Amino acid sequence: MTIPGILGILLFTAVAVAIAKPVGLYLYAVFNDGRTWLDPVMRPLEKRIYRWTGVNPSQEMRWTQYFLAILAFNLVGFVVLYIFLRIQAGLPFNPQHLKDVGPHLSFNTAISFMTNTNWQAYGGEFTMSYVSQTMLVVQQVLSPITGLAMVVAFIRGFSRKSGSNLGNFWVDLVRAVLWIMLPVSLISTLVLVAMGTPQNWLPYVSAHTLQGPTQSIAQGPVASMTAPMQFGDNGGGYFNMNAGQPYEAASAASLLFQSLLGVSIPVGLTYYFGKAVKDTRQGWIILGAMVLMFLGGTLVTYHAEAAGNPLLHRLGLKGPNMEGKEVRFGPALSSLFETLTTAVSWGSTAAANDSLMPIGGLVPLFNMMSGEVIIGAWGVGLLGMLAFAILAVFLAGLMVGRTPEYLGKKIQSFEVKMAVLAMIVPTFVILGFTAWAVSSKGGQAGIYNPGPHGLSEVLYAYSSGVGNNGSAFGGLSAALPFYTWTVGLAMLFGRFAMYIPALAIAGSVSQKKTVPPSAGTFPTNTWLFGVLLIGTVVIVGALVFFPALALGPLAEHFALWAGHVFGGGS
Amino acid sequence: MAAQIEVGRPHQASLVGPSIREAFRKLKPSWMLHNPVMFVVEVGSVLTTLDAIRYLVLGDGRSFAFVLQIAIWLWLTVLFANFGEAMAEGRGQAQAAALRGARTDTPANRLVDGQVTVVAATELRKGDLVVVAAGEVIPSDGTVVEGAAAVDESAITGESAPVIRASGTDVDAVTGGTRVISDRIVVQITANPGETFLDRMIALIENAVRRKTPNEIALAILLAGLTLIFVVVVLSTEPLAVYSGKSVSLTILIALLVCLAPTTIGGLMSAIGIAGMNRLLQHNVLALSGRAIEAAGDVNSILLDKTGTLTVGNRMATEFLPVEGVDAQTLAEAALLSSLADETPEGRSVVKLAGEHYHLTRERDSMPGAEFQGFTAQTRMSGVDVDGRQIRKGAPDAVRVYLDTAQKPNGGRQLEDMVTAIGRQGGTPLVVADDTHGALGVIHLKDVVKPGIRQRLSDLKKAGIKTVMITGDNRVTAETIAREVGVDEFLAEATPEKKLEYIKREQSEGYLVAMVGDGTNDAPALAQADVAVAMSSGTQAAREAGNMVDLDSNPTKLLDIVEIGKQILITRGAMTTFSIANDVAKYFAIIPAMFVPIFPGLEALNIMHLTSPESAVLSAVIFNAIIIPLLIPLALRGVSYKPVSAATLLAKNLLLYGLGGLALPFVGIKLIDLAVTALHLVVLHG
Repeated sequence: MTIPGILGILLFTAVAVAIAKPVGLYLYAVFNDGRTWLDPVMRPLEKRIYRWTGVNPSQEMRWTQYFLAILAFNLVGFVVLYIFLRIQAGLPFNPQHLKDVGPHLSFNTAISFMTNTNWQAYGGEFTMSYVSQTMLVVQQVLSPITGLAMVVAFIRGFSRKSGSNLGNFWVDLVRAVLWIMLPVSLISTLVLVAMGTPQNWLPYVSAHTLQGPTQSIAQGPVASMTAPMQFGDNGGGYFNMNAGQPYEAASAASLLFQSLLGVSIPVGLTYYFGKAVKDTRQGWIILGAMVLMFLGGTLVTYHAEAAGNPLLHRLGLKGPNMEGKEVRFGPALSSLFETLTTAVSWGSTAAANDSLMPIGGLVPLFNMMSGEVIIGAWGVGLLGMLAFAILAVFLAGLMVGRTPEYLGKKIQSFEVKMAVLAMIVPTFVILGFTAWAVSSKGGQAGIYNPGPHGLSEVLYAYSSGVGNNGSAFGGLSAALPFYTWTVGLAMLFGRFAMYIPALAIAGSVSQKKTVPPSAGTFPTNTWLFGVLLIGTVVIVGALVFFPALALGPLAEHFALWAGHVFGGGS
Repeated sequence: MAAQIEVGRPHQASLVGPSIREAFRKLKPSWMLHNPVMFVVEVGSVLTTLDAIRYLVLGDGRSFAFVLQIAIWLWLTVLFANFGEAMAEGRGQAQAAALRGARTDTPANRLVDGQVTVVAATELRKGDLVVVAAGEVIPSDGTVVEGAAAVDESAITGESAPVIRASGTDVDAVTGGTRVISDRIVVQITANPGETFLDRMIALIENAVRRKTPNEIALAILLAGLTLIFVVVVLSTEPLAVYSGKSVSLTILIALLVCLAPTTIGGLMSAIGIAGMNRLLQHNVLALSGRAIEAAGDVNSILLDKTGTLTVGNRMATEFLPVEGVDAQTLAEAALLSSLADETPEGRSVVKLAGEHYHLTRERDSMPGAEFQGFTAQTRMSGVDVDGRQIRKGAPDAVRVYLDTAQKPNGGRQLEDMVTAIGRQGGTPLVVADDTHGALGVIHLKDVVKPGIRQRLSDLKKAGIKTVMITGDNRVTAETIAREVGVDEFLAEATPEKKLEYIKREQSEGYLVAMVGDGTNDAPALAQADVAVAMSSGTQAAREAGNMVDLDSNPTKLLDIVEIGKQILITRGAMTTFSIANDVAKYFAIIPAMFVPIFPGLEALNIMHLTSPESAVLSAVIFNAIIIPLLIPLALRGVSYKPVSAATLLAKNLLLYGLGGLALPFVGIKLIDLAVTALHLVVLHG
């Protein structure tokens, strides 16, 4: 580790914390009828949309109605995308004459983009026509918003003193698109173009390299896909190599800009949360817990990567582990981006995760296994963290001699049941599918590396699916039907196992009376609670996945430092 | 009887034997199913036992010895948990048995149309009238409709002093099983057989285990959920291990599952609840549901009657204030003399004050020839005519009329100012005068705060509970006492309607309200309050409206009840946190033991340096088992609770049970491993 490397990571984190309040205030204005500078343009547009679609913006929904609206919205998104992928050969804007996408891959991809996972079992530049890429962008614009709407509805459940309504999904959707997604995507597309990312509809360019052979250089509407992809924490890159491709992240500055874009809404939401429940400290403590865990993980990864590979050291090749890393980015920025990719759950990668050191890869894996709550994607990250907060409050809350309360709402059997459900499903899916994959022929066929590294690859794939992350460890034939279907199902379970319990909790607590805080109330706006929250995330996450992690990255780590390798590859 | 009611330490030892038998009886799977965590452990015990038998048949002596030991400790884990529950139940049952002794099948004198017929108590129905004379046992619950009597309620309360029960008063309720000591009363029966107070009390104690409170249900769901997750973790570990190169044995997988499952809290949860109910009973409070006890811990506001709860029953003389020109000693003597015939508590307090502060004592008998005048509501004065001197003491306006009639100086403005000043401070002034000097001075009567009550109220405030004083006094008086006692709010000139309205308003703001009541007019407020403690001496209506009955009729006990409620919740929370924190160390014992045969490098995770995989697994299982009996005393007693703010309490308990729960098993497992190694209980090399 170098001092500039550590300082860079700290500086990035400081900036991320600094933007929490302004972003949070803007979000608050958007979702609580505040005034914003976009109002003169967007208000008339918003009214017109409601008139066209027949939405009554003042009609609020109960949690079940809100959920059904999300479900219907996602279903339409899935079907439309699936159809476009299946018939892309017959559609215009296909200068490379790419074929229709197959049924397994179309299913996997449509689920993936609908659930904001953006798991890509394909390479974009050789699979998707310009129309298909654009349709993927449409989902990249819309799918993060369902997560955002979810958390807004969830927070309404806690902040409202009575009633059983959580707001109107269509209104939340429209406002998020008009006030947040479109303007920011537009501006950041221009910023990316200025930084060197292409934006055109031209065929790929053929270039003659110095060595002689011809190289096809892919291009297209890259900036307009990258901006919402990164802003919405989608991660479905234009290119197979994602942010590692110089057209997608033209420079380290561009990569950092994209990173800030990605963390902006998630950190802002923590402030929004505090403001909505009328105690901003509540939001700061949540953000504090997230940031501490994030920093800890990033530094562990950076340390592992900077320490390098002991086997190469023995051959006299000292220095950090540079396998699979962009030379432009180096170990510090790569470690930061790869931890962010699973922490903030955007899932786009700038380095090959498969080539990280075992401990370096363990951190991104753990970020996903703990439920992607360490910052997390739009809405769902905070939502998962609040579910952990409910669990922490229940576990330790009894210790103050009162029925546990969170934000003045009593946490009783129904809330506990739902929080446990949100915890059980991801565990079952990750461990169940992993066990199935490693003990079945279909699953084993896709694993490139034998031994613990292969297990890490499988664990990572399902964790990424369930966590709706979308990043890949690599080293796994993700396009095999076994994986397209099981990862597809993992994405679905992961998404809805979170939505249903979360909305159910919101619906339940919204009807409960708010108990005003007193000296007898369990304090959730103190550092002590922050520590308790971290403890709950780490212990619950570690308890569940410790055996799997021991057989995967930990076994590989200890073997590697003992000079033992497991072969494989190619 | 009294000694038997206050079941405590004396019974503990005698409960052990039956509890052990009960622990075995509870192994029945149908019974174990009510506790999913321990049911999983029992299934694990059966499976490991079968595994041990398999090794025995195969003739693998080394594996047999190891698996057998694991099986034994797993069975012990279940038995320890059952034992804890049986101990708690046993204490309750001892109490129930004591109460059942009071439910003798007494003959009852039923009154029908003025005719008395003797019937069995079991034949009595609601509405029947019975006559109970001195020496007879009251056959069933009822209301005194005629007469008054001294009743010995020790069978229920353990209190030997008899109490008065009289018709048409706030103390007209009688309980079946209690004995009339004097006089004769007619009682209207208010409960059918099997529904009496005593019956309900016995049933509650006996059934306590079967009723789960809302918090217990929520916790049970969490524990069941965690157990389910760990089942999946363990099930998936096997294929992962096979993929990695080597299968893990069934016994080790089960050992891992049992160690991870929250057995400590799962095993002791019902014991904590039952023990809490018993603790209330030791305070002579009968909770009609576990829910009520839990609600007591959650209470945000407590309504306390001023008289009897915060202050001693009556106002007392606290000061003699002479007018100018009269010395205090003269005033004190005049006050004493004029009060000798005053039998009211106020009058007696004047005598007491004169004795304590001015060392004046006089007896009526030592004053022959003196003519005494007692205090009456008509004259509102008391006094004495002695040695030709008339001394009077009484309400200011009454004394003024007396002095004006006698044409003596009435103290003028100065006295008037003193009287007003006392009134403004919430006290009651009494003027002392004689027919030679006129007004001598004023006696200051005021409410006397019960000793220690200020401290308790400030404790409650620290715990975040708002105290509200209820009084019939006017605002000024109420405010003074309120300030003196240290309550947060007060409700002056309180009527039953005002109380009800106040409770409703508090509840609409999300607060949980507790109150104590005795009279019939308290019933609506009691029914509305979340925690309503009815005095056992109170009316039947109040007793039915409350969800707890205080057998001692001591209103201050509400504070104890709140503390017990909190203590139960804290005990449960502390053990949950402890139980889950324990898992970390157990993982570090078992994971290396499981996987070192596959990846020798994982020996690095054996941070406790346990001797061998077998000793590690056995030590973790033994720790997991013996922590339960070690914590049974704590579960029965409850963790210590001092009223402090939630933040302080959380910090303390998190340190003790969270961090302690994280660290203790590392030490414990290491020590057990040393013992296992020293005793050569398992094979000690890999």
